[in-house]
Amino acid sequence: MSALESTHEIVIRPNQSWLHIDWRGILQYKDLIALMVRRDFLARYKQTILGPAWAVLNPVITSLTFTLVFSRVLGVATGGVPPILFYLSGMLGWTYFSNLLKTASSALLHNASLFGKVYFPRLIVPLSMAISSLIAFVIQLVTFLVILGFNVYSGRATIDAAHLLTALALLPLVVLHAALLALGVGLALASITAKYRDFQHLTGFIVQLWMYVSPVIFPFSHIAHKFPGYSWIAAINPMSAVIENIRALFFGSPPLPLPYVVLSAGVAVAVFVFGVLNYQRTSRTFIDIA
Amino acid sequence: MSHPTISVRNVSKKYRLGDIGMTTLRDELQRRWARLRRNDLALGVKKRRTHLADRGDFWALRDVSFDVQQGDVVGLIGRNGAGKSTLLKILSRITEPTQGEVRIRGRVASLLEVGTGFHPELSGRENIFLNGAILGMSKAEIRRKFDEIVDFSEIGKFIDTPVKRYSSGMYVRLAFAVAAHLEPEILIVDEVLAVGDVAFQRKCLGKVKEISHGQHRTVLFVSHNMNAIENICTRAVMLRQGQLVREGDEVRDIVRQYLLEHQQAGQSPFWQNDDNSYANDHFRIDRFYLADAGGNVISHSVANDTSVSVVIEGEVLKPDSSLQIGYGLFTGEMDLLYYSTNLDQPEAEWVELPRGPCRLISRIPARLVNEGEHRVGLYLSLYRRRWFSEPGNSSPMLTFEVRGGLSDSPCLVSRRPGFLSPILPWQVQTGVESIA
Repeated sequence: MSALESTHEIVIRPNQSWLHIDWRGILQYKDLIALMVRRDFLARYKQTILGPAWAVLNPVITSLTFTLVFSRVLGVATGGVPPILFYLSGMLGWTYFSNLLKTASSALLHNASLFGKVYFPRLIVPLSMAISSLIAFVIQLVTFLVILGFNVYSGRATIDAAHLLTALALLPLVVLHAALLALGVGLALASITAKYRDFQHLTGFIVQLWMYVSPVIFPFSHIAHKFPGYSWIAAINPMSAVIENIRALFFGSPPLPLPYVVLSAGVAVAVFVFGVLNYQRTSRTFIDIA
Repeated sequence: MSHPTISVRNVSKKYRLGDIGMTTLRDELQRRWARLRRNDLALGVKKRRTHLADRGDFWALRDVSFDVQQGDVVGLIGRNGAGKSTLLKILSRITEPTQGEVRIRGRVASLLEVGTGFHPELSGRENIFLNGAILGMSKAEIRRKFDEIVDFSEIGKFIDTPVKRYSSGMYVRLAFAVAAHLEPEILIVDEVLAVGDVAFQRKCLGKVKEISHGQHRTVLFVSHNMNAIENICTRAVMLRQGQLVREGDEVRDIVRQYLLEHQQAGQSPFWQNDDNSYANDHFRIDRFYLADAGGNVISHSVANDTSVSVVIEGEVLKPDSSLQIGYGLFTGEMDLLYYSTNLDQPEAEWVELPRGPCRLISRIPARLVNEGEHRVGLYLSLYRRRWFSEPGNSSPMLTFEVRGGLSDSPCLVSRRPGFLSPILPWQVQTGVESIA
């Protein structure tokens, strides 16, 4: 028998509060999180020749395209950072965020058949998604570091060891920031999509538009420069802080003013709580309307 | 007095009928807009209300209460739509009740489907771990039972093949093997036994029995196989239209009541000659029916181990020693099993039929026919001279269904192939004498 003994009583009754989260269950099912992460990783690259190399190729190809289109053709300034590094670093935070947002927004509908047949704490699914996306993030980070290394070696960029270590040490905070935000938005979307399928189609647009209002392909300073006095509007978008913080860590470019960063983190936490509670509430009877 | 393992208290579940499942945002906005506008007009609001009431709600469960003690094997019975699945879903925490409360003590594993969460691209091995974890096992637990699971599933060397390349039989076997090795205190099973070949079904039933009897676990079991219910369950809960009809440990009686309530109209075990059909000079047939041991007309369904007699009532108009009266027994598909008549015995034992009313009764042997629907046709003739009623050839027909009671053996609980399912004696010789 497992660690859980029969003294534990489960009570099933209607309309349990929004705040009712099965923490105990989540701990009990921690192995399931690991196995789901493993499943996602294995299944994604089954019957592919390149396998996990796709996680490297994807951002590299996108960054090359951006370099060509935005930097070479349109001449968008990159704030003194070599264009390829600029876009790669932008994509680093953005890819994690957008992947997690997209998968989290399908957490309920994609798993309808599973949720309809067996109970486990429903938060297991988004948690495993956050970890799955983290694997891709790490692969991408390694790619970025390798290319950064090349550039440092050839003298196009500079970063000293101490700086690099600080950057890597602080990076998890930035990732957490992005994860909270992505899960919050994604789970809120998942809840509303469960009832109104329209949002299935909208999610794609939301992500796409969001990228263009985030400083992925242009530096934040660009906005501050173009619309002085209004840059706080851009700072409400919590992704500005995530992406700018990554660049600040690796390239020493001027970081976002502290109030902006705090604002952004606050928004992220608020969105996260809202999303999780909504998801939690919807998932309890979601199967009745799926 | 110990606490019940499962206590269900006044549980109700309401579903909203209509388009709620497929709502699009546009519909909802339209509704809200309409409501807003109609708020201005008192009349409009009224209209809206009636409209809502018309659409109505559907109560899948209504005020259901019962207790289950540890070690009980409970069979949930009821026809489709009676609320069995809804109840299982609430008990397995897949959805919540609209009203009422359920308390469960112990670790629950529910098998509403086998192979939940199987990923087609992953190998059998990977899926055992994944599926096991979904059902609530820890990694260590699965690792410990891994070899047992593989043995039980008979998958053998295919264990590292992606399950999408499995035959459906292999898939189901693997899935059930994982489920069978769960060690929950409470197991909830829904009809999973309807899958797989006969041999595997038997293995599954055996496992359920072992889990409940041997290990004193609590099992909740939904099945349409009344034989399995009678064989395995120690309690039964009968639902009808979302309400609890009957509950208790008299499983056989509850099953009987359920079967009785679901006989089909128009196919009756009783026939009466209302319009003087089959008229002839020798015999007037009045009634033709199937009766139980007490002489009452049987219900549509009978267990195979109960006594069923064919009763023929009529009046002899002109005595004739060659007047042959009997019946033909057919399967539901009208394959003839046999004829039986009053003139089958040696001539010395024949009973003379004098002028006047008479009743002939013959018992259909218990545990001879197979499970399923059967028909009985009236046999009425002057031997080798004339048919008054040839069974199956526009003769009066009776219909009854054999359900349950195939055998007391755990190896014969559901329908076998073949027309007949007799239980025959076996002489078994062992040891040295058998060779000599």
